[in-house]
Amino acid sequence: MMSLLTIKNLSVAFGNPANPFRAVENMDLTVNQGEIVGIVGESGSGKSVTMMALMGLIDAPGRVTADELSFDGKNLLKMSARERRKIVGKDIAMIFQDPMTSLNPSYTVGYQIMEVLKVHQGLRGAALKQRALELMEMVEIPAAKSRLDAYPHQLSGGMSQRVVIAMAIACNPKLLIADEPTTALDVTIQAQIMELLVNLQKSQNMALIMITHDLAVVAEVADRVAVMYAGQVAELGRVPELFRQPAHPYTEALLSSIPEHSKGAERLSTLPGIVPGQYDRPSGCLLSPRCPYAQERCRAERPLLTPSANGSVRCHFPLIAQPVEIRDRKVAQ
Amino acid sequence: MLLFIFRRLSVLIPTFLGVTLLTFGLIRMIPGDPIEVMVGERTLDPVMHAEAMHRLGLDKPLPAQYADYLTNLLHGNFGESLITRDSVWHEFTTLFPATLELATAAMIFAVVVGLLAGVVAAIKRGSIFDHGVMGISLTGFSMPIFWWGLILIMFFSVKLGWTPVSGRLDLAYDITPRTGFMLIDSWLAERADPSANAGAFVDALKHLILPAIVLGTIPLAVIARMTRSSMLEVLREDYVRTARAKGLSPARVIFIHTLRNALIPVLTVIGLQVGTLMGGAVLTETIFSWPGIGKWLIDAISRRDYPVVQNGILIVATLIIVVNFIVDILYGIANPRIRHAK
Ligand SMILES: Nc1ncnc2c1ncn2[C@@H]1O[C@H](COP(=O)(O)OP(=O)(O)OP(=O)(O)O)[C@@H](O)[C@H]1O
Ligand code: SF4
Ligand SMILES: [Mg+2]
Repeated sequence: MMSLLTIKNLSVAFGNPANPFRAVENMDLTVNQGEIVGIVGESGSGKSVTMMALMGLIDAPGRVTADELSFDGKNLLKMSARERRKIVGKDIAMIFQDPMTSLNPSYTVGYQIMEVLKVHQGLRGAALKQRALELMEMVEIPAAKSRLDAYPHQLSGGMSQRVVIAMAIACNPKLLIADEPTTALDVTIQAQIMELLVNLQKSQNMALIMITHDLAVVAEVADRVAVMYAGQVAELGRVPELFRQPAHPYTEALLSSIPEHSKGAERLSTLPGIVPGQYDRPSGCLLSPRCPYAQERCRAERPLLTPSANGSVRCHFPLIAQPVEIRDRKVAQ
Repeated sequence: MLLFIFRRLSVLIPTFLGVTLLTFGLIRMIPGDPIEVMVGERTLDPVMHAEAMHRLGLDKPLPAQYADYLTNLLHGNFGESLITRDSVWHEFTTLFPATLELATAAMIFAVVVGLLAGVVAAIKRGSIFDHGVMGISLTGFSMPIFWWGLILIMFFSVKLGWTPVSGRLDLAYDITPRTGFMLIDSWLAERADPSANAGAFVDALKHLILPAIVLGTIPLAVIARMTRSSMLEVLREDYVRTARAKGLSPARVIFIHTLRNALIPVLTVIGLQVGTLMGGAVLTETIFSWPGIGKWLIDAISRRDYPVVQNGILIVATLIIVVNFIVDILYGIANPRIRHAK
């Protein structure tokens, strides 16, 4: 099956071209139609930047390069900005962390929802309003009709996020990217919004990329998960196998800190230190300064993403050695 | 919203009282009274001087004079000029259109060019254009108006001969004032009698252009800087990212989602520039011999024409206050968070 989204060797660099800071480096990810992919990783690991690059929202002097960036059979890299905007907001939609600041304070909720429909689907007049109401009902906004003329400051955080979701699903996107959609919300609301997203994903048959710090959520809803570290994919694989049997030391550390993580902590107690930033990236494996299993080779040589038991892993000494088939083949030889 | 208007209104009365007290006091602090100034170098008979002062009511103690002044004001009486004997209000209404025309032209120039430059500088942040706009506006802001006016006159009027040096219209034209706006009056006159008034409109425009640029320079600099910084701030907002993630065109993102919000602080700054404009008008009108309120007030001060100075400044201050008040209300309308505040 051809995947809906293919990202191959994506890099995003900021700053001085002579000595760039690669916020994202050699990023590989595929997403199939109708699939939920979780992306996890500590703060600063490049989750948002990757998605912004996909949406074409990285501004100069930031630079995006990739071997492949294709969506629904179309090469996004070869498109003009104008062609790309026909896909962005329509077939690929994105929602962000803080709903209270994601809506323009000067325009009504109705205006902001209808704007998407006008621009991408050319709807006008009664049909436009009708569709906006329909969307607001789909995201379970009570008294939708009266809320059409409300301004964002008159809405609660949860209600604002529903509006943002309504805007995002307005044109029946094939892929919805949710970048920590519940982090800024009350705990009670978080579960509601997450449930809404998962329900919409099913009913609309969208693919969903769910960026979160909450591994419990990923374990519950995602089909696959990408664990990111310092701008790279550390490990990628199927849920729940990957969680049961992590191959990468970083995944293992993430998992062992789950209790704090589900409360939204952004740093790991099980792994001292922080994600290396612009000036302190080590030359070998990016995790080597923090990794309890690090050896000489780790500090000298960067590991590549290679197949593992439950997907792929970027580590010289994976915790479960090799994919089963490969090991079997070796035995047979 | 009503409460908002009411609160703003309640500050006005102390402001007015302050202005009356200031002008009343300041003009009397300048040495020399109206009679002495009128007589000039010639020696003045003390008896005649006292008589004249008595006639003008200027021999009373200051508090009594101030009380008289306030009583007159309460009756809506702005008094009359000590020199021309014409009523202050009449002189004001006669001269005001000239100032208004100059200020309007200056403001249109400042707002149009300032907004445009600010928006483009923000979008092309860090570019040569951006640095250019910021450099020029910093210079513009700190430029002494007098010097700037003279430089422009020397270059465009004297050297190139493109524009006249002073006044509102060439003396060859005789145009009856209808609106008081020379640009409109000359246009009407030219249309009514094309042969006698040929070229009057263009002549009026040529007279207006340099003073308007000189007067508009400081507001232009302020508006450009404010627009740029406000745009840059709004461009970083999450909702601008949302707008872009919706796949909207850059024009929509800039004009609908950024500029509208960025304009709110710019609007306030534009309102505040009305005060600067009146101050600048005094200088500009003096440089270009523009027959408006600024020149009128300067002349009145040098003649110690107390009623004209006191009431002229009071009227101008009132105007500025009213304009700022209107801007405050517009601000409320532009910003739904204020509009809906109880
Ligand atoms: N415009 C930019 N210019 C320079 N560096 C940037 C820019 N945007 C992001 N970065 C850097 O890129 C790195 C990755 O940032 P990113 O926002 O993708 O992290 P994240 O994984 O989404 O973290 P979080 O969980 O906090 O959202 C960070 O070090 C950040 O400082
Ligand atoms: S390569 Fe070495 S340092 Fe890097 S994660 Fe694997 S074991 Fe740890
Ligand atoms: Mg992020």
